[in-house]
Amino acid sequence: MADPLSLWRGFLARPNDDRLKVFGMAMMVSLVCAVTLSTTSVLLRPYQEAHLEAERRAQMEAMLDRLPGLRDLMEEAGVDGLTTRLVDLETGVFLLDMDPAEFDARAAATDPELSAAIPAEVDIAGLRTRARIAPVHFLERDGALHLIVLPVSGAGYQSTIHAMLALEADLRTIAALTILEQGETPGLGSRIEDPAWQALWPGKQITDESGQIAIAVVRGPGTGPYEVDGITGATQTATGVGNMLRYWLGDHGFGPFLDRLRQGGL
Amino acid sequence: MLSRLRTVTGPIIANNPITLQILGICSALAVTTSLSTALTMSAALTVVLCLSSGIISLIRHHIPPVIRLIVQIIIIASLVIVIDEFLRAFAFEISRQLSIFVGLIVTNCLVLGRAESFAMHNPPLPAVLDGLGNGLGYSAVLILVGTIRELLGAGTLLGYPMLPLAAEGGWFEPLGLMQLAPSAFFIIGFLIWAIRTRWAAQVEPPKFALKTRRAVR
Repeated sequence: MADPLSLWRGFLARPNDDRLKVFGMAMMVSLVCAVTLSTTSVLLRPYQEAHLEAERRAQMEAMLDRLPGLRDLMEEAGVDGLTTRLVDLETGVFLLDMDPAEFDARAAATDPELSAAIPAEVDIAGLRTRARIAPVHFLERDGALHLIVLPVSGAGYQSTIHAMLALEADLRTIAALTILEQGETPGLGSRIEDPAWQALWPGKQITDESGQIAIAVVRGPGTGPYEVDGITGATQTATGVGNMLRYWLGDHGFGPFLDRLRQGGL
Repeated sequence: MLSRLRTVTGPIIANNPITLQILGICSALAVTTSLSTALTMSAALTVVLCLSSGIISLIRHHIPPVIRLIVQIIIIASLVIVIDEFLRAFAFEISRQLSIFVGLIVTNCLVLGRAESFAMHNPPLPAVLDGLGNGLGYSAVLILVGTIRELLGAGTLLGYPMLPLAAEGGWFEPLGLMQLAPSAFFIIGFLIWAIRTRWAAQVEPPKFALKTRRAVR
């Protein structure tokens, strides 16, 4: 009776409405499926990551291409890409002893050791936690800052939106906004990826005269230097993008870092 | 042998899952804006359909009737996730365009319908062939609709320009409607009309005839 093969045969020979067989079959089917899925997922992860990484890089490149005159500037400066450094968000100082290439910002955002909880009253981007350290990309020439690119993220309608915000040297004017990743409703919220909508951002000001953050996505056509048009049928997604900028440019986001840049440069 | 062949060819026109059984319409509307997405979706669905029919048919004697639908769904869902992972790893661009619709193959009534009505009662080989046939039937409609929509909606096929666009000095003005979901409804509707005119046996008798002569006693 202890022979596994005969036990197996005995199990299969049970009638199909037998309780043991029902549970046994359910367990076995689930187990086989679970093992198959985990194996595929683990084996294919590197390939998928490579695609995502390539896409992120391509989007970054595309954003650089869209900025007028930037390529010439880079050529003059003799560089083919932006410099990347890590910033301690709390103090706003560069962490020069860490290698940006080894820092995984996405993983750090939820890693308890590397992240900080965002107090509910300032969490307008709906992130709950953010990494203590963030990479920033910039272009400098002879010590003068020409462009700075900040990674931002926030909750949209049904997904976390990841984007890159490029600011001009005055640290007030938006040079470009590029959505890197989103999982919003196809055809509605996903329109934040439309070049036409992203083209509304360059030239807008993030802060008003008094230094208060003023940039916002409004319903309908935006007026003035601080307002960007919303998207019909995707109000939550578009305002989500606005809120995520307000959060990341604010005191809990890149605020201290930008203040330090404004006062003392790089 | 001939009957085997008929299991495969039958569902392509005579018993087409979309035009006769009206199954799997949702994805047919969503993924046919271009031919390449239609092709990928067709391939993905055909593979899932063949494999799920085969696997379910293999274990059909041991699937307890009380949980048979759950068992079928688990098997189909796992296959779909595996296919989705493969697409994301090796056909990244297309998987982006298909977005959620590969995942929605799980809820495609076509797959569950074949599992429940055919694979549960037939040996593996006919079940796989039946899956293949239905997959091809679905593919035929998807490819046809995808071709029409991409050609008239963008003037291209598989991304290659076919009709000279008015914007580039040609004569063809793309029909924006063709890129929207309702146009797939229209095309599938015309297709069903054409097929049922040619093969009149497919016309269904009205189940609930209007009683227009109610006043006459």
